[in-house]
Amino acid sequence: MSILVIAEHDNDSIKSSTLNTVTAALAIADDVTVLVAGSNCQGAAQSAAKISGVSTVLVADNPAYANQLAENMRALIVELAEGKSHLLAPATTSGKNIMPGVAALLDVGQISEIIKVESADVFERPVYAGNAVAKVQSLDAIKVITVRTTAFEEAGDTGSASIEEVTAICDAGKSTFIGEEVVVSERPELTAAKIVISGGRGMGNGENFGLLEAVADKLGAAVGASRAAVDAGFVSNDMQVGQTGKIVAPDLYIAVGISGAIQHLAGMKDSKVIVAINKDEEAPIFSIADYGLVADLFEAVPELESSL
Amino acid sequence: MKVIVTVKRVIDYNVKVRVKADGSDVDLNNVKMAMNPFCEIAVEEAIRLKESGVATEVIAVSVGPKACQEQLRTALALGADRAIQVESDEQLESLNVAKLLAKVIEQEQPGVVILGKQAIDTDNNQTGQMLSALTGMAQGTFASKIDIQGDKALVTREVDGGLQTIELAMPIIATTDLRLNEPRYASLPNIMKAKRKPLEVKTAEELGVSIKAHTKLLSVGAPAERKAGIKVADVAELVDKLKNEAKVI
Ligand SMILES: Cc1cc2nc3c(=O)[nH]c(=O)nc-3n(C[C@H](O)[C@H](O)[C@H](O)COP(=O)(O)OP(=O)(O)OC[C@H]3O[C@@H](n4cnc5c(N)ncnc54)[C@H](O)[C@@H]3O)c2cc1C
Ligand SMILES: Nc1ncnc2c1ncn2[C@@H]1O[C@H](COP(=O)(O)O)[C@@H](O)[C@H]1O
Repeated sequence: MSILVIAEHDNDSIKSSTLNTVTAALAIADDVTVLVAGSNCQGAAQSAAKISGVSTVLVADNPAYANQLAENMRALIVELAEGKSHLLAPATTSGKNIMPGVAALLDVGQISEIIKVESADVFERPVYAGNAVAKVQSLDAIKVITVRTTAFEEAGDTGSASIEEVTAICDAGKSTFIGEEVVVSERPELTAAKIVISGGRGMGNGENFGLLEAVADKLGAAVGASRAAVDAGFVSNDMQVGQTGKIVAPDLYIAVGISGAIQHLAGMKDSKVIVAINKDEEAPIFSIADYGLVADLFEAVPELESSL
Repeated sequence: MKVIVTVKRVIDYNVKVRVKADGSDVDLNNVKMAMNPFCEIAVEEAIRLKESGVATEVIAVSVGPKACQEQLRTALALGADRAIQVESDEQLESLNVAKLLAKVIEQEQPGVVILGKQAIDTDNNQTGQMLSALTGMAQGTFASKIDIQGDKALVTREVDGGLQTIELAMPIIATTDLRLNEPRYASLPNIMKAKRKPLEVKTAEELGVSIKAHTKLLSVGAPAERKAGIKVADVAELVDKLKNEAKVI
């Protein structure tokens, strides 16, 4: 068995989602190759070579892969799939964008967001907003898989893989990158943070998220949000936690002014400790909170901040 | 230009599913079913393309048993012009759905195909991307804005870091994210009118697609339950518990 992991990176360095995915790969087999496809991505390739357990890093360094456009990436991955038993990518928006097309071109299925490797062909994955866990067996010769990063530890950095250049240039010419609005924040990344504090519709407006930011800064936390808060325009879409947003599993999750709809719980209920602050004592969020505080958030959150 | 929009019949998003006692699957008996919410957004976007004069015809397609005609009628009531049901008994895997949809696309030659980004039952998030690969049409997933400009389209995508805009050569496949639009409701007169709109039934055989199993469902279990927590009296107690009991701050 031989596994290819598709790295997520910013050309200079590897994103932590790649490290979780390598751990999932190593739970399947020992022979793990990482593909770094990008433009001027030697820096990322160097850091991929240090991931513990990785034997080879393939680098495809070409403008065609600069923005990981789906059409180009899937064609490249299909070229590199020969002899591989498994193709893995993190279940991030990038992995989700690319991998199903790879599966279709190989005429195999995709197993999305695995949370457990049972054997080389049996995996567990959540379905129905995490209200059920399905154990599925792949019947395909090549298994195309995306990995829920929160379910696997990050691989270490003691590796010394060999680096090989890939010369294939796959440029489908179907799509062009125009631009992006990236939200820059000094705070840790939502999916990798040890502590997350999230606000919901109860925050009232975007400005009030400043209350959460003040707590976040004291705790070194990331700030998240419910769908309602994003839809209302309080905060940007990259902050949405839930079934159809980001999945987080920090040591501490603080839900503020969030009712606890199943779609929200799907994104945070694997957190180690959950705190809920809500003025409605009947709010469903309290049924999964380790510590519930029935209070007006506009009093409780500033008080919390000053007592830290 | 024709627009194809896909609709999947799924469990209503408000329902919390239960796992069957024998662990074979989830229990969908007597459970409320509805159009997948992301497909509602897809239908809305297709109708807006027609209203703005970009599209001339909107065709709603669903793959599933006869019951999915209910969701197709909803799409017709919302403004789709005609509907195609591709008859299939079981829950088909995404690749099989994509292959069937690819054949419909071959027959209809749409300029734009809009799917939901994710079905809220399987949570697969695959079909649109697979369809793009199978048809060779350009792919714009997780769209929060679709702007058709002649032979190209600008699609703004919700990605982990924020928003990304790409330009696609027409024809395109797009999948919807939550902020693309706010779907309308069907009015009673339109629901009545929808009953007379054309709804064609096709089979996989007619489309020349052989359905293949790619996975086998071994079992379905309930997720790990969280044990019930406590209510704290005030912020001071909360901070104390987090420091001294949970030791997370
Ligand atoms: C297809 C689909 C996908 C979805 N995906 C997601 C997703 O990924 N993530 C997600 O979060 N949701 C998602 N949702 C939406 C979800 O169903 C809920 O609508 C949403 O989570 C509600 O957000 P909320 O808890 O902030 O708002 P509400 O349900 O309105 O709750 C607000 C809470 O704030 C409390 N509150 C108000 N004022 C105060 C105050 N002053 N002090 C203290 N408490 C206060 C109220 O008591 C209430 O409990 C999805 C829905 C659909 C249909
Ligand atoms: N059986 C189906 N019939 C019609 N559309 C479907 C079907 N399955 C999936 N789709 C479409 O593909 C989208 C993504 O589904 P999935 O890839 O299964 O998560 C859905 O929102 C639908 O628009």
